[in-house]
Amino acid sequence: MKILNRLKSLLPQGRQLVIGVPFAWLFLFFLLPFLIVLKISLAEADVAIPPYTEIFAWADNQLSIILNLNNYQILTEDELYLAAYLGSLKTAFFCTLLCLLIGYPMAYAIARAERETQTVLLLLIMMPTWTAILIRVYAWMGILSNNGLLNSFLMGIGLIDNPLQILNTNLAVYIGIVYSYLPFMVLPLYANLVKHDPSLLEAAADLGSSNFNSFWKITVPLSKNGIIAGCMLVFIPVVGEFVIPELLGGPETLMIGKVLWQEFFNNRDWPVASALAVVMLAILIVPIILFNRNQAKELEGKV
Amino acid sequence: MKRFGFSNVMLWLGMLFIYVPMVILVIYSFNASRLVTVWGGWSVKWYVGLLDNSQLMGAVMRSLEIALYTAIAAVVLGTLAAFVLTRIPRFRGRTLFGGMVTAPLVMPEVITGLSLLLLFVAMAQLIGWPAERGMTTIWIAHTTFCTAYVAVVVSSRLRELDLSIEEAAMDLGARPWKVFFLITIPMIAPSLAAGAMMSFALSLDDLVLASFVSGPGATTLPMEVFSAVRLGVKPDINAIASLILLVVSFFTFLAWYFTRRAEERRRRAIQQAMETMAEEAAASQTTWKPAA
Repeated sequence: MKILNRLKSLLPQGRQLVIGVPFAWLFLFFLLPFLIVLKISLAEADVAIPPYTEIFAWADNQLSIILNLNNYQILTEDELYLAAYLGSLKTAFFCTLLCLLIGYPMAYAIARAERETQTVLLLLIMMPTWTAILIRVYAWMGILSNNGLLNSFLMGIGLIDNPLQILNTNLAVYIGIVYSYLPFMVLPLYANLVKHDPSLLEAAADLGSSNFNSFWKITVPLSKNGIIAGCMLVFIPVVGEFVIPELLGGPETLMIGKVLWQEFFNNRDWPVASALAVVMLAILIVPIILFNRNQAKELEGKV
Repeated sequence: MKRFGFSNVMLWLGMLFIYVPMVILVIYSFNASRLVTVWGGWSVKWYVGLLDNSQLMGAVMRSLEIALYTAIAAVVLGTLAAFVLTRIPRFRGRTLFGGMVTAPLVMPEVITGLSLLLLFVAMAQLIGWPAERGMTTIWIAHTTFCTAYVAVVVSSRLRELDLSIEEAAMDLGARPWKVFFLITIPMIAPSLAAGAMMSFALSLDDLVLASFVSGPGATTLPMEVFSAVRLGVKPDINAIASLILLVVSFFTFLAWYFTRRAEERRRRAIQQAMETMAEEAAASQTTWKPAA
């Protein structure tokens, strides 16, 4: 009996269990894998299964650790990788800006609509747009191709004589990214804008402020958290985006997600792919922390 | 009205931008012509042809099965995570926990996919599991990132709940687990349903994670579609794409419907309570007024 009680006290209590189960899952399947990526990025590519060398070796009572920094050196020496990182950052920056410029007025209009209309508009934004990214990118392939609908239409009305090359260019990538990520910008902005107190704007108007002035000085600063959340939800995933540059982009489109994919699947160079991921994570760690802080405030309701 | 003119115009232009390509895709899936850009009259032959494509049908069944298990697991884990974040203000590693819950929302999929694959390979070397990558490993990957979405949805609902109901149950001697299952769960049920639908749709749609962690023979529907799409636009892909859009839209609609119904019920309950209070006040014929 005593032993049984002792065993029982060793078992996790309710509280620990509630914290422990999701904690353990996320630790094992989200955090721990990053350490393994770091480890593999220091290994050497090898023709084996799995295709890399072991960095810890135990022989003759000696533990030897071989850290291979070669992969990182490759990243700095080959201009392709640097160009891909810069290309990704540039694309992500401009697409985030475009999403913000298009998404802010949309979110604003939804937040000012009637309550009943609001829920319907939100549904329209969310419904097929939030998921099914692959399908929606595919839809653009049919529209933008040389003999696609857009070119047929433009030639039909006599605006152009020869089809414009849009598919497989950077322009198509921009269209695809803005199209796919727009809802991620609109939803957090709406969630923020809808909470604003309209009496603030009325007070400003009473005091003689123009509409634009009060929008710029009251609405925009108040929606700071929504802007941060929306921009991070677009910027961070776009830096690593693979599907859109692969399907809509051409040979000129250099983005790091595509390069990583090629290193991994086509060249089967797992260590270089890991090094690419480590560097990408290092670039993104500041935005991710910013997003997490913002989200933590939101989750705890301390807005 | 002029004041909101610009933003309203942007809203409708944005909606057109979002919907026109999808409408075109669906219309062209009924195109009889094999040439995807030439209209050859209405036909459903590509849809009928899908049924004969056993490889595609196998992928559909596999994807649906993974999505179902993902929805179940993500709701359980996500609800626990949301409960921890909203109800347990202080414990060791709370900041880390919060970060691990929200980071998957933005983490580029290529990073998550690669890191999970390397974990599975390392685990297979160390403990011999998973011996073979396939549906189980895809399920784990999907559950991990869907948990984050469920946690965000459920925690926003948990935060709105009136704590006094749970406290009252505890005061009356109910054990925490009993309070959770009899009081908290029924009150957040709509957001659980919404989270489940969302996870289902997200899992059904994922390409990158599945490509990394799947093994031979475990091709999901997005992987199947992707390898076909790479070679260009094809009429039968138009058909399957339209079907996916329909299914995903349906599940998102359900998610929206559940949240909305819950909101309405809550509003009605509040209204009812106010009315009863007003009636009681009137019946008691005193000068006391309800603080409404």
